[in-house]
Amino acid sequence: MKEKVLTEHFGLENLYKIDVYQKQGGYRATEKALKKMSPEEILEEVKKANLRGRGGAGFPAGVKWSFVPPTDKPRYLCVNADEGEPGTFKDRYIMSHNPHMLLEGIIITSFCVGINAAFIYIRGEYEAIALRLEQAISEAYEKGFLGKNIVESGFDLDVYVHRGAGAYICGEETALLESLEGKRGNPRLKPPFPASVGLWQCPTVINNVETISNIPHIILNGAEWFIKKGLPKDGGTRIFGVSGMVKNPGIYELPLGTSLKDIIFKHAGGMKEGKKLKAVIPGGMSAPILTADEIGIKMDFDSLVEANSMLGSAAIIVIDDKTSILDVLKVVTKFYSHESCGQCTPCRIGNSWINKIVKRIAEGKGKKEDIDSILRLASNIEGNTLCPLGDAAAMPILSITKKFRKELESHL
Amino acid sequence: MSLEFSEKAKKKIEEIVARYPQKEAAILPVLHVTQQEFGFISAVQEKIVAKVLGIKPIRVRELVTFYTMLTRESLGKYHIQVCTNLSCHLLGADNFVDYLVDKLGIQPGETTPDKKFTLSTVECLGACERAPCMMINFNYYGDLDPKKVDEILDNLK
Ligand SMILES: Cc1cc2nc3c(=O)[nH]c(=O)nc-3n(C[C@H](O)[C@H](O)[C@H](O)COP(=O)(O)O)c2cc1C
Ligand code: SF4
Ligand code: FES
Repeated sequence: MKEKVLTEHFGLENLYKIDVYQKQGGYRATEKALKKMSPEEILEEVKKANLRGRGGAGFPAGVKWSFVPPTDKPRYLCVNADEGEPGTFKDRYIMSHNPHMLLEGIIITSFCVGINAAFIYIRGEYEAIALRLEQAISEAYEKGFLGKNIVESGFDLDVYVHRGAGAYICGEETALLESLEGKRGNPRLKPPFPASVGLWQCPTVINNVETISNIPHIILNGAEWFIKKGLPKDGGTRIFGVSGMVKNPGIYELPLGTSLKDIIFKHAGGMKEGKKLKAVIPGGMSAPILTADEIGIKMDFDSLVEANSMLGSAAIIVIDDKTSILDVLKVVTKFYSHESCGQCTPCRIGNSWINKIVKRIAEGKGKKEDIDSILRLASNIEGNTLCPLGDAAAMPILSITKKFRKELESHL
Repeated sequence: MSLEFSEKAKKKIEEIVARYPQKEAAILPVLHVTQQEFGFISAVQEKIVAKVLGIKPIRVRELVTFYTMLTRESLGKYHIQVCTNLSCHLLGADNFVDYLVDKLGIQPGETTPDKKFTLSTVECLGACERAPCMMINFNYYGDLDPKKVDEILDNLK
């Protein structure tokens, strides 16, 4: 059984061109789905595959799609290519190496849900990748995989690339919708969820780049095959992005359930020369930190929840023993206080206040009660905000402060 | 001063507007074109964008003051944006910022007097495997060390 799914052909020169992609069997999934399967059959297969969202929350994609209500309104697909979660760079690899795989996923998803317009919301910094996507899109139009009557199935679809302009919050799905509508990226109150009331008040499916890129593989090989690639409740592989103090930082596509220890020490080559492991952030900056003796853990959604952390975007940041945890906390709190959209008081004030305290400690002016103040402020953010950024900030701050309290206190 | 978009930019804007069922959705993409065209988006640019899209200038300012990639002031010919987020921090981003501050003689947020370089620090650029990394205009550079930076900057005319 071949090991890799999404990154299998990444080594191939010019894979991003449609001819090369088609020589590898590209667009066969589109032909199969649009000509031989009904939308209901596709939905059934994706549900059975237990494909969980790769953007952060891990919600099953098939279930999300089934929430789209039957209405006469147009429906939209938004592909989340904002990739703002610190430590995360996997979607960049997918889009630059294999944009047509993503397009196939978009076509099949849209056909399944009854969507005729899809937007790829990509972070503004990825200008070169946006151009590559646009090139791939125009190739797909030329070959009849986009536009009217795709592969003579009677199905129409247009795909557009929409560039963001530097705001982490726009990766949050409702902020993304606001941004796409031409507004500031201020998250909306949920419910209603985007599946029923989304872009321009119409039903909208929002999925991450990696999530959508799995769809053609599920269509070609079936749900059972996909589950065997990962775990029964968490199908497929994950593209783990490893960065920080390891010998070989990069992306590693591995089955869900691979141990964190193996990813760091077997796949990413272990620690850099002369460095010792101190801590790991396992799922992008928002994921609660793990200490060096917690890395036996399996990397899948449920195992990480059990360990009070999260798989998030599967971005693994490896921290060494020479790095001061106070510095880590300073970087983390600066990030969230900068990126808070400012709509809710606990998030806006709480984060900037915590950041001020941490900076004060770093300047050697810390007070005895500072650690407890950080914990109190962060707890007051958690669960008290409009969007999950509040929690995303509180979780790492609380876990770092609790697990490394002694070290932080040594600065007081 | 009467400022206008070039013919090329006008055509691009028409194309952009046609993509969306609602015109306002075109603001952000049009602002990218605007910034490329003029280098920055101040009150004058706000007005011409508003006119082209048939909206109030305040709607434009709302976005320019929210999105960090949009700028209201003119920048140097080369905008150096150094990532100081976690993965880059672990691999010495702070020293690297200090190195650039010394080399260019400006602080983050400033532009050299000859208008050649603007230095900024930014959050994660999505290239953490190549930490420490930076962007100059829209080009990414990773695995940086002082020697590499000297080479890169010396090659910029
Ligand atoms: C503050 C914040 C930032 C987020 N950033 C991203 C992002 O950059 N990319 C992404 O795919 N999802 C991001 N998400 C998750 C999205 O809100 C959403 O859950 C996801 O795009 C759904 O797709 P999925 O089910 O395929 O994962 C973010 C969430 C929050 C709260
Ligand atoms: S939690 Fe923070 S980012 Fe989210 S809506 Fe409130 S202020 Fe904005
Ligand atoms: S932390 Fe520097 S690019 Fe991600």
